[in-house]
Amino acid sequence: MTLSTRHLLGIKDLTPEDISLILQTAQQFKEVLQRPIKKVPSLRDVTIVNLFYENSTRTRISFELAEKRLSADTINFSASGSSVSKGETLLDTVNNILSMKVDMVVMRHSASGAPHFLAKHIPAAIINAGDGVNEHPTQALLDALSIQDTFGKLEGVRVALIGDIMHSRVAQSNIYLLKKMGAEVVVCGPPTLIPKHIEEALDVRVEYSLKKALEWCDVANVLRIQLERQNQVLFSSLREYNLVYGISKRVLNGLSKRITIMHPGPINRGVELDSDVADSDQSIILQQVENGVAVRMAVLYLLSQRPATSLNN
Amino acid sequence: MLTIQRLANQLLESSTSFEQTAFIGIQPRGIFLSDRIVSEIKKEVPDAQLQYGKLDITFYRDDIRTELHVPNQTDIPFSIEGKKVVLIDDVLYTGRTIRAAMDALMDFGRPDKVELLVLIERRYSRQLPIQPDYVGKAIDSIISQKVKVLWKERDGEDEVILLD
Repeated sequence: MTLSTRHLLGIKDLTPEDISLILQTAQQFKEVLQRPIKKVPSLRDVTIVNLFYENSTRTRISFELAEKRLSADTINFSASGSSVSKGETLLDTVNNILSMKVDMVVMRHSASGAPHFLAKHIPAAIINAGDGVNEHPTQALLDALSIQDTFGKLEGVRVALIGDIMHSRVAQSNIYLLKKMGAEVVVCGPPTLIPKHIEEALDVRVEYSLKKALEWCDVANVLRIQLERQNQVLFSSLREYNLVYGISKRVLNGLSKRITIMHPGPINRGVELDSDVADSDQSIILQQVENGVAVRMAVLYLLSQRPATSLNN
Repeated sequence: MLTIQRLANQLLESSTSFEQTAFIGIQPRGIFLSDRIVSEIKKEVPDAQLQYGKLDITFYRDDIRTELHVPNQTDIPFSIEGKKVVLIDDVLYTGRTIRAAMDALMDFGRPDKVELLVLIERRYSRQLPIQPDYVGKAIDSIISQKVKVLWKERDGEDEVILLD
């Protein structure tokens, strides 16, 4: 069994069978991560470049660990301190790296569609680690695995995505995935941070009241307020955001049932999440991080079948 | 099945203490055999603490670039350091599965000894120098033939079929 796509550019291109296959494979890799020797030789013949044009610690380290645990060779490339600052184009940079016989590219870029552009022009398998405001597929997959671990399934689970939906590629990927797998999705946030036609476009319900969204849901995935993305001031102040949309223990205790809290990280403590929630036993944030390595191992394993440098190409 | 009882008795004969022995079934089809053998052994020594695990070798296969396999569960909840490990599989054919299983085992620790138990040994088909220690039945077959083992739990009945 293989995935229906050659690359992982977005959840949009995946079938529900693909998603199930990835999650099932990720479960087995979780077991590998418990062993005394946390390594398997499956990708010994594969070289992977981590092409990060945008800052990231969490995602890049997670991918790097996943690659090393599969015994692959890894190269890290970050845009600052490279010839990108001398004006080298994306395609030139990648072709140069590929001439050094690299089989797979894990890419994060601030332009939506950058990995799709690359996929058209180079033979290596491309994995999207976040492109602009488009998608972040591995985040949605690890979120799904975490929900599945907690609830035993995805179908019928009520998920509330809370925060800056407009600028969030995590929200986009999560919406695609949860709908494909039969979960129910509500987006919640200030009206200025929710795209105007999202209900018709993505078939999700919009809820402006935090309390109502939390009462309805089984799990709340809380998104970071992305200060660096906004050109206009879309809410009056961080303090006001926290007063109206921030989640504190007091808010959680006021609900009629116990819900699970998720966050893709990094957390702005005191803005979208208070510390007493982030560190509580209702939060599965650290399990999400743990699942991240397993999910990325699964994706790399399933896409590795035809290395660009193999004789078959 | 008589053969399975006999194999279980052979294991009982050769194991002096069960604290230093581990039985490991190979996913996906060796599990049906290892489940049955371990329960036969339990009937004879109901008080012994048997160490029984399951090993999936998907990540150690040598044909990973020609075909992608979906992994099954590996569950070895004990240390194999210094123990005698008995690998259990249904059919021994080329020996590549067992080669992969030994590589996987080495990543779990250093066993004292590794032995192999199979229900069916296909003689003269080995592609690697690997031989079983306990054999249910040895058969002669050629490459174009296929040996299928059916189990009551999964296929409705216990049967070994030789297909042309």
